[in-house]
Amino acid sequence: MQREMTGAEMVLQALKDNGVEHVFGYPGGAVLPIYDELIQQDAIQHILVRHEQGAGHAAEGYARSTGKAGIALVTSGPGATNMVTALTDAMLDSIPMVCITGQVPTNLVGSDAFQECDTVGITRPCTKHNWLVKDVDDLPRILHEAFYVAQSGRPGPVVVDIPKDVQFAIGTYEGPQANPSNHKSYRPQLKGDMTAIRAAVELMSKAKRPVFYTGGGVINSGAAASQLLRELVDQTGFPITSTLMGLGAYPASGEQWLGMLGMHGTYEANMAMHDCDLMICIGARFDDRITGRLDAFSPNSTKIHVDIDPSSINKIVHVDLPIVGDVAHVLEDMVRIWRASSFHSQPELKEWQTQIAKWRARDCLSYRHSDDVIMPQYALQRLNAAIKGRKDVYISTEVGQHQMWAAQYLGFESPNHWLTSGGFGTMGYGLPAAIGAQVAHPDGLCINVAGDASILMNIQEMSTAVQHGLAPKTFILNNSYMGMVRQWQQLLHGNRLSHSYTESLPDFVKLAEAYGGKGIRVTKPGELDDAIQEMIETPGPVLFDCCVAQLTNCFPMIPSGKAHNEMLLPDEATDEAVANAIDTAGKSLV
Amino acid sequence: MNAQKTDALSAYFLAETSDVLETHTLSIIVDNEPGVLARVIGLYSGRGYNIDSLSVSETEHEKHVSRITIVTTGTPQIIEQIRHQLDRLVPVHIVRDLTVAARNSNQEKPLERELALIKVRGEGEKRLEALRLSEAFRATVIDATIDHFVFEITGRTNKIDQFIEILTPLGLVEVSRTGVAALSRGSQGLKDLQDEI
Repeated sequence: MQREMTGAEMVLQALKDNGVEHVFGYPGGAVLPIYDELIQQDAIQHILVRHEQGAGHAAEGYARSTGKAGIALVTSGPGATNMVTALTDAMLDSIPMVCITGQVPTNLVGSDAFQECDTVGITRPCTKHNWLVKDVDDLPRILHEAFYVAQSGRPGPVVVDIPKDVQFAIGTYEGPQANPSNHKSYRPQLKGDMTAIRAAVELMSKAKRPVFYTGGGVINSGAAASQLLRELVDQTGFPITSTLMGLGAYPASGEQWLGMLGMHGTYEANMAMHDCDLMICIGARFDDRITGRLDAFSPNSTKIHVDIDPSSINKIVHVDLPIVGDVAHVLEDMVRIWRASSFHSQPELKEWQTQIAKWRARDCLSYRHSDDVIMPQYALQRLNAAIKGRKDVYISTEVGQHQMWAAQYLGFESPNHWLTSGGFGTMGYGLPAAIGAQVAHPDGLCINVAGDASILMNIQEMSTAVQHGLAPKTFILNNSYMGMVRQWQQLLHGNRLSHSYTESLPDFVKLAEAYGGKGIRVTKPGELDDAIQEMIETPGPVLFDCCVAQLTNCFPMIPSGKAHNEMLLPDEATDEAVANAIDTAGKSLV
Repeated sequence: MNAQKTDALSAYFLAETSDVLETHTLSIIVDNEPGVLARVIGLYSGRGYNIDSLSVSETEHEKHVSRITIVTTGTPQIIEQIRHQLDRLVPVHIVRDLTVAARNSNQEKPLERELALIKVRGEGEKRLEALRLSEAFRATVIDATIDHFVFEITGRTNKIDQFIEILTPLGLVEVSRTGVAALSRGSQGLKDLQDEI
């Protein structure tokens, strides 16, 4: 299709042609022509946020819960710089996102004009790619390319910066290319090397103590990847653990499930990683929260690493057998070869499973229950009981203790239902992400598990939810502290709680009401179940103020600078053990 | 060498091995679009890699394709990272490690040349000595008055370093260097080079 139109019309047309139905944005001087087009059409719905960062995280939540790119539209200058946190967040977690920013007219670029900033310069390190469009005739090609780059290969955020005069200019629109993978320089490798895949399957058939270590790459690779992973786990009978980002790819109720691994992972997952003889890493990247002390990381294992990004291979941990390719493609080959060669797992796998059962029996997620105060873990267990069996629940989180407890105590049965800021650790992510998920799934139950500190970072998005008839539920584990900061201060800094206590929190019930939502406060364990039910049944947005025990620590934990087999378990974590958990070398670590 | 790497200040680098530092020459073919050099340089500064030398120019005008030559220092693991990180950039067509490719074909080094313009001011014996040395180094005089010369010299980096060093006491004023340009030996083009370690 070829047609004459303005740059602003092209933006709308390109969004439609790329299957976009929702845009999260905030208007301003440099995007007014695009907003003028938005209001004259019905195909694309615009969700007006209250802060550009909210638009970014909402687009991320939308993307994570659908697998499609999330779209954000903001103005130049502060509009663009407010997006930087969300872009970086999407970059670190490989979330597909197309962000369109307005720019001052081309003749003013570089003149320090009103609301001007070097958007492509500022967002260069926090995007997969970005473009400044100087000629309206380049605009359609760039917009289509932006969608292709954001969603293909290792997904990520892209920015298209469009000066205002280009939005007004008239040019020739062309639809998306039939075959965008013919890009002249960008060609992600999807198919894995068959020799390497065969060697991997052979290693698996000989392994005595194997473990699957999977990550967000499985989810990014699409629903087929999770399905194939489940098949491979069933066929081999190998135990499986996952990073924070990969939760849901394999069901938490599955027999081989070890729970999450890493700094706040389970004892059985981390011990299995440490003692395994074969590690099959699929779509994960050996992040420092996962590996702990590197020179003691899984010292006796052969390591297979499947990743679509060659730069992830050997970046942190040297692997024996790298396979560059898309997870779904590689898993498909693995499943096929395992089946065709009628491979069997080694008989020693039974002993390995017995050993794992012993580790599991340590019950590392146990905690001391109280009848008087709500333990945060208990609150999440009750929440989990209330949503169990429902397939339409989307959980987002903010960042901190509540996030780790949510990962530990909520069971995720399917991919794309868990939305959390993993790599970047962005407080303020959860509420806008829940809004994004709710836009994509209007009939779903979107719950943001939050902390009292994090929620205040983007609380203004309550107003967005009310305006658009969205009903995200925010479940605040309120302990009046920045819990994770306090925990680290206890571990590292002699329990000197420097500025980690919030003395004047708002009344969350009144705050919810002020926004036009509902507030619910619970202080006793016995009141939880009824209140959670009330939250779920409320048609609009809810702030659930769950007042929990204030000084609870998040365990188990691999203290900084320690190895997987040096975990601090809740039943061993006396005040003295906590105070001495991290040695001098570990103190300088992040 | 990445300064962060030596101090083990972060969890990432606790297991850093005592790998020796190596100097490698990378050739990168990129689309000559605005900001492409900033992407390459930003990647180096953002991830703490070193640039010893950099040269860049459009090499195929009709296709708007440029060739960037970077000489970089790091452990073999870091250099492999650099190569993959560069390859990840959208406008990058090809990245090849010429040093590894040379090694793989049992050569010591790829072909590497640099051009330098060197201004020397002086009179009498010093001036004559500078001129004699320039002949020994096969430098040419491209500008002169009775009290100065500008020499043009082409060669390997260490030859130019040496020439500059001996000119220093003879009235060296200033130097402008292009950075290293490099090609592999033999008939193969960049695309066909084997640079996997």
